[in-house]
Amino acid sequence: MKKLRKKVYMAAGYNTISLGTGRKEFNPKKPRPGLEHYIKEAGKATLEMIGGAKNVDECVIGNFMSARFNKQGNLAGFFPMIDPGLRYKPAVKVEGACGSGGLALATAIKTILTDTAEVVLTLGVEVQNTMKAIYGADVLAGAGWFQKRKDGHAYFFPGQFSDRAGAYYEKYGKEKTRLGMATWFKNAVENARLCPTAQEYHNTVEDLLALGLTEPNGKFFVDNLSVYDCSKVSDAASCLIVASEEGLKRCGIDKKDAVEVIGFGQAEEDLTQDPEDLCELSTTKEAVRKAFEHAGITKDDLATIELHDCFSIAGVLATEAIGLAKPGKGAEYIAAGNTSRTAKIPINTTGGLIGWGHPTGGTGVHQAVTIWEQLTERAGDSQVPIPADRPYGLTINMGGDDKTLVSIVYKRG
Amino acid sequence: MNYAERLQNVTVLGAAGKMGSGILLLTAIEMADLSFLPENKDKNFILNAMDISDDALSGLMRYLKVQVKKLAEKKMVLLRKMYADRDDLIENGEIIEEYVFDVMNMVRPVTSLEPAYKSNIIFEAVAENAALKIKIFKQIDDNNPNKPWFFTNTSSVPITKLETEAGLKGRILGFHFYNPPAVQKLVELILTENTMKETEEFALEYAKKLKKKIVYSNDFAGFIGNGHFMRDALYGINKALELAEKEKLSIPEAIYIVDKISRDFLVRPMGIFQLIDYVGVDVCSFIMGVMNPYLADEDLHSPVLDKMLELGVKGGQFSSGAQKDGFLKYEKSRPVAAYDFETKQYVDFSEFQAKCDAKIGAIPKTQKPWKAVNFDKKKLDILEDYFQELNETNTFGGKLAVDYLNTSKQIGWKLVNMNVAKTDDDVNTVLLTGFYHAYGPINNY
Repeated sequence: MKKLRKKVYMAAGYNTISLGTGRKEFNPKKPRPGLEHYIKEAGKATLEMIGGAKNVDECVIGNFMSARFNKQGNLAGFFPMIDPGLRYKPAVKVEGACGSGGLALATAIKTILTDTAEVVLTLGVEVQNTMKAIYGADVLAGAGWFQKRKDGHAYFFPGQFSDRAGAYYEKYGKEKTRLGMATWFKNAVENARLCPTAQEYHNTVEDLLALGLTEPNGKFFVDNLSVYDCSKVSDAASCLIVASEEGLKRCGIDKKDAVEVIGFGQAEEDLTQDPEDLCELSTTKEAVRKAFEHAGITKDDLATIELHDCFSIAGVLATEAIGLAKPGKGAEYIAAGNTSRTAKIPINTTGGLIGWGHPTGGTGVHQAVTIWEQLTERAGDSQVPIPADRPYGLTINMGGDDKTLVSIVYKRG
Repeated sequence: MNYAERLQNVTVLGAAGKMGSGILLLTAIEMADLSFLPENKDKNFILNAMDISDDALSGLMRYLKVQVKKLAEKKMVLLRKMYADRDDLIENGEIIEEYVFDVMNMVRPVTSLEPAYKSNIIFEAVAENAALKIKIFKQIDDNNPNKPWFFTNTSSVPITKLETEAGLKGRILGFHFYNPPAVQKLVELILTENTMKETEEFALEYAKKLKKKIVYSNDFAGFIGNGHFMRDALYGINKALELAEKEKLSIPEAIYIVDKISRDFLVRPMGIFQLIDYVGVDVCSFIMGVMNPYLADEDLHSPVLDKMLELGVKGGQFSSGAQKDGFLKYEKSRPVAAYDFETKQYVDFSEFQAKCDAKIGAIPKTQKPWKAVNFDKKKLDILEDYFQELNETNTFGGKLAVDYLNTSKQIGWKLVNMNVAKTDDDVNTVLLTGFYHAYGPINNY
């Protein structure tokens, strides 16, 4: 892939809270804020940081299934609702399942590179608590091939990753893998407790490792994962701007308060095919390889990573896809503490999908906001050190079962 | 006739009532599960929901639909297997909708007894009125050529009386669910001298399929559950009257104190007056009335209950499940005031709470509410520590609680001595599972 023909930045990030079970404000029996609320809150916050809507040239929104969760399509039309200053500006909605947010970022980056825009308001949103999880599972199954739904599990995606976990247990041993997965869960919740917007912010469980080791029960859920191995159902939105150097200047934002996109990798796999190897995220591996190559860095240059742990086993497999651990060694890598916030390369510093939350179509943008906060040292209690000699951040956003991938490398501007 | 054949045609009498609706729901689900077995695929399963009120039956069908859907949502993994051969049903939502229809499709809401003439089993949950039960049983049995079995949910009428007077020799047993049947795990099983072995065996299998815990009770009015509860309730009522007189308290104050002692100090899910209201002042009074003639050495009767009923204060629940006012007045299911049957008015707790709490004295430090204790793995240790401390306290409330605890134990022993319960354990099981107590009445505390 060609080098970026000019510098592209991200700044002015904002995350709403991730609402769902676990948050004290969440009551499934009471009415909750809708899609509009989240879009408005996140969009307005970013506009405030950039001197208003007049500084925006175009808008991109990433979302997965509002057409079913909220019976709402045509989301690009919500931008002028955020601020009348956005009326008549170009806007587009992109969709790639749980990778929708990443696609929104990629689309915005490319828009900047075309020179048709200097500032792209980029938003990701999903509001999924509109239905019980058992029906939400039907909606989320749309991230896979519908022709396979009939043979799939009641909880379709947990079923897919349960199969991956089962294969991994068989190949590399169950006990040590479960320990790695439980450690992943523990880290996720502990990190979330440091981030006021996280879904697990209010979590007070003492023995997280024991909880993470809960034995899966296929009679009521899936065979190889317990609910603690899964990200929860979340309502949230995240927003930031993707901008050129000139765009930043226009918004009055110092480069130091922005992150520069050093490189990115996108990869798509055939939705109709089963994974060749259940123990490998081959598309993730390819997207990360492209991103590293594009940025001209290696894993050893990273300060921190936000990766797509929709399930703890996905976290295990991602450490291997990035090359942090050899195949079959991911779980031990995690259990040994190599992904925790005190490790050399802390991963998912505000909890990731399991701890912070997983508003499916919004997650990609949330990851970018988190990396921006970390690299510009505005992450508050969840701040991790960013060493001068390896200052890079990495995000990996995944749609479907390793199908739609966007991976981005960042550095402080 | 095997188990599934027996359940191919069933009638629930009083199906729209509090107990009947739960029995109907559980039976409908069990019948639906049977109908999905390969050997039963082409058989028709019929469940008559009989009640006298059309309005109540409409409400019942609505309740049933909501509840079946909720249950379906919880067993989706199984349902996907059950409907695996239906290519037209792909999503969870589609399968749930079909399942709800399939269950509802077995249920026939009826207001006459005729449909029961074809049933193999009759579940009875009509009012606690022996004469009414006998009349209905006789009418069905006279017209039903199948020699049907009668499972009565009576909580107080001796089964032998029903058997004899309705002429059902051997074909009846007491199958006493606890309220609400869909939730409570306990069933008291009461046999007569004649109950057929195969009827009992069916009852045990049916209970097992419904995941119910069976405790055998001898056929003595009130059985184990009400045998304890009615005496416990009467003790609570009389204790309140005694406190009012001796301690110069108003009736609402005395009710408040006894309710609080029996809930907080005894670590029970509800205070005794709240439990009476939950079951219904009328129901309690009626059950005592049924039991009392069979008791030689005690008078199980409360003029206070009579008075409450005269004044039209009955407790019980609205069809929404919300608690009606009785001895206590409720806001959002929590007691906020107590009734003064002399002035016929509720008096807010806030008017006397501080005074009463001061009189009761501090609650022992190791006390935890029932909710925190009952589900704790260290429940036994917590209770042991607490009751030890309670026994050593000298407060007014502490002494009341110890007396209450001892009375409850005496009642438990009495049930065993009277041979209503076979063992101490059976008494404890009934209170633990049917009343959700954290500990049985026969204990070493």
